[in-house]
Amino acid sequence: MVERGTALLKKMEISVAEADKRTGKNTVNMQETYTVYLIETRPAESVSEGGTPVAPDTLWRRYSEFELLRTYLLVTYPYIIVPPLPEKRAEFVWHKLSADNLDPDFVERRRVGLENFLLRLASHPVLSNDSIFFLFLTEVLFLLFQKADSRLKSLSAMFRVKNPDKRFTALKHYSEDLSTVISQLLRIRARVADRLYGVYKVHGNYGRVFSEWSAIEKEMGDGLQSAGHHMDTYAASIDDILEEEEHYADQLKEYLFYTEAVRSVCRKHELIQYELEMAAQDLSYKKQQKEELETGTVRIFSLKGMTSKLFGQETQEQRESKVAALEQSIQEGEEALKEKNAESQEFVEKAWNDIERFKEQKEKDLREALISYAIMQISMCKKGIQVWSNAKECFNKM
Amino acid sequence: MSGAKVPADISGHMLDLDEEEDLEVFSKNTSLAEGNPMPNSPDSMVNQFRLDEENEEEQQGAINKDIFVTVDNPESHISAIETFITYRVVTRTTRSEFDSSEYEVRRRYQDFLWLKSRLEENYPTLIVHPLPEKFVMKSMVERFNDDFIETRRKALHRFLNRITEHPILSCSHHFKVFLTDEELAPHRKLGPGFLSRMSETMRAMANSVRGLRSKLEEFAIMQEYVDDFSNNMCSVDKVTHRITKEHREYMDELKQYGPTYFQWAESEELLAEPLKGVGSCVEKCSKETEEQIQYLSEVLVPTLHEYVLCADTLKAVMRRRDNIQAEFEAKNEALASKTTDKEMLQEEVDDLADRVEQANNALRGDWSRWRTSMRADLKSAFISTAAKNVDYYEKCLAVWESFLLSQRGESMEQRNGADAS
Repeated sequence: MVERGTALLKKMEISVAEADKRTGKNTVNMQETYTVYLIETRPAESVSEGGTPVAPDTLWRRYSEFELLRTYLLVTYPYIIVPPLPEKRAEFVWHKLSADNLDPDFVERRRVGLENFLLRLASHPVLSNDSIFFLFLTEVLFLLFQKADSRLKSLSAMFRVKNPDKRFTALKHYSEDLSTVISQLLRIRARVADRLYGVYKVHGNYGRVFSEWSAIEKEMGDGLQSAGHHMDTYAASIDDILEEEEHYADQLKEYLFYTEAVRSVCRKHELIQYELEMAAQDLSYKKQQKEELETGTVRIFSLKGMTSKLFGQETQEQRESKVAALEQSIQEGEEALKEKNAESQEFVEKAWNDIERFKEQKEKDLREALISYAIMQISMCKKGIQVWSNAKECFNKM
Repeated sequence: MSGAKVPADISGHMLDLDEEEDLEVFSKNTSLAEGNPMPNSPDSMVNQFRLDEENEEEQQGAINKDIFVTVDNPESHISAIETFITYRVVTRTTRSEFDSSEYEVRRRYQDFLWLKSRLEENYPTLIVHPLPEKFVMKSMVERFNDDFIETRRKALHRFLNRITEHPILSCSHHFKVFLTDEELAPHRKLGPGFLSRMSETMRAMANSVRGLRSKLEEFAIMQEYVDDFSNNMCSVDKVTHRITKEHREYMDELKQYGPTYFQWAESEELLAEPLKGVGSCVEKCSKETEEQIQYLSEVLVPTLHEYVLCADTLKAVMRRRDNIQAEFEAKNEALASKTTDKEMLQEEVDDLADRVEQANNALRGDWSRWRTSMRADLKSAFISTAAKNVDYYEKCLAVWESFLLSQRGESMEQRNGADAS
């Protein structure tokens, strides 16, 4: 997954090596326990050569700091599909898996997810060059003054675009579909895992029952007893199998969260498009107003127009000053529209660049995930064949 | 998400199997295949018998098998008073006691019950293979359900066949009547009626209250074994039912899993093909699971169930043997305390002593016979279950491996294509 394509990765190795617990006072001055993760960086060459490896630079960060970094990137690069963080709370949990954030298995999977997040950033052609990202990796004191970007706030506002870009609309629908289907897949997978766990574990009962039964049988005793041991082995094997499968679920989850990032880019484009349309609309309104004033016709119904009709025309002077003001306004409006157009075009170009890159990455990653799922299933079948062949041998000795 | 029915840590629950499954005598969901492995007629049975190498043990035990019986063709009879099912019983035999070589009669469950009680009466310490139960505890309405009828038919078939294999029981007069007489009803009226059965039960109860003077050690050991065997069979049976249930629930979830991959494939381009591949693998494995469950229900579950019933039969046999001994002991004591009229009582006591001797010998002989066939039956059932499970995993393995091959082949092509361009 990690290509050494970017300048950053050519320079340094990045990993999230450990996790640890801390206690401290939070923002409302209450004691809380939280987990911190150790970010390790070392120069790229130092690992490949023989001899003593160079000690890495390290610093500890907690999950909320990762969130800050990501928010910053979302704001600064609105046209980029920013890689998602691993889930905040455990979802799609099958019963044996804990939903507790402090559970060591969850923490471990999150550690892997955070490392994956950093590596995704580091291998991104645009994001890897960000200086704040570099600081995140290397500077202990990391104060990020979040830009109160009004843009980000208006994303939640409702607005309608008159001429939506077809490509972005299609992309938005695709990401909605993908989100739905992956969620469903994860839900069902969790239920399947639950049931499979049940099947395997109940076979463990054979172990105990055969053992008891073998005590009263002379000829059949040995066969039963040893078959029972294989049943215990069979029952125990499901733990490893499902743990491996959890990794597959995490890969799917990453792309589930990616759909959120894709939709975010689409919304940002819609906003720009909306502002563009508003600017154009505003300009054309002003032009019309000017025309009316110049020709004296009232095409646009306005209170001013009506009152002037009722209470008498304006003087020539008044009209001329109004026209002048409008001309100024129109000029500013045309400037603004040009800017908006340029902004929009730049956004679209950069966004589609990243979208194409994302598509390729997605197809490669998910195909690999499906293949590794198949490999897991094959391994599970092979274990099953072995255990039941052994059991059959034992039954033969009954 | 569905609520987890499996407790969080099953290991702790391994000792504690569902009580309610005590009542689940016939699983509601036992679905049996149309094409059953049982032969359909005595003729085909004869042929199978000759060609079937797996029947080795049976062959050795019944080298001169000269009587073949099948039970098939259930039909329902509706009358004003009642509705019931009859089964066709076909016999093919070369035995001289039979006037003809082929017979066909229709019998209902009650008739089988009659046969069993006659056999138990005449041979109290022989081990008669169990009949399927009278009722399904869970719901009476299911009496006429197709699966239930088929399960019962197979069990009745096995019941009669065990009798034909038994050197003593197969010669029983009542057995012959059962197989040959058009109408069994008149015979049912003859023979010990309700009252005499009641008195026998009361005598048995009285005897058991008194207790036995002395029990031969071999029978004490046997009794202990029977009790333990009963417990063990019940446990194995419960576990197997539980496994079947878990399997079914697993399969139900799998059925939803496959289609979701296909659904995803619809919105993808390059990914569509591997997604469909995974989806179809899941669907194939789900079918294999279905077959596996079916096999379990047809082979292991009924066999275990019959041996649970066998355990009860054994207990009854032990009780009857004890009663015979108790009767003798009672009369013997009475004789000892009598001063006059000793001769007649002495004769009775001698008769009873003979009876005890006969009963004990019969049991001894049949006991080893039963042990052998029990071992063969259970061993075979477990072996074939294990073999089926191996087969299941092998089939699933093949499915996933061919998917992997297709993917690796594709990626090779892609790489070659990339190199070429």
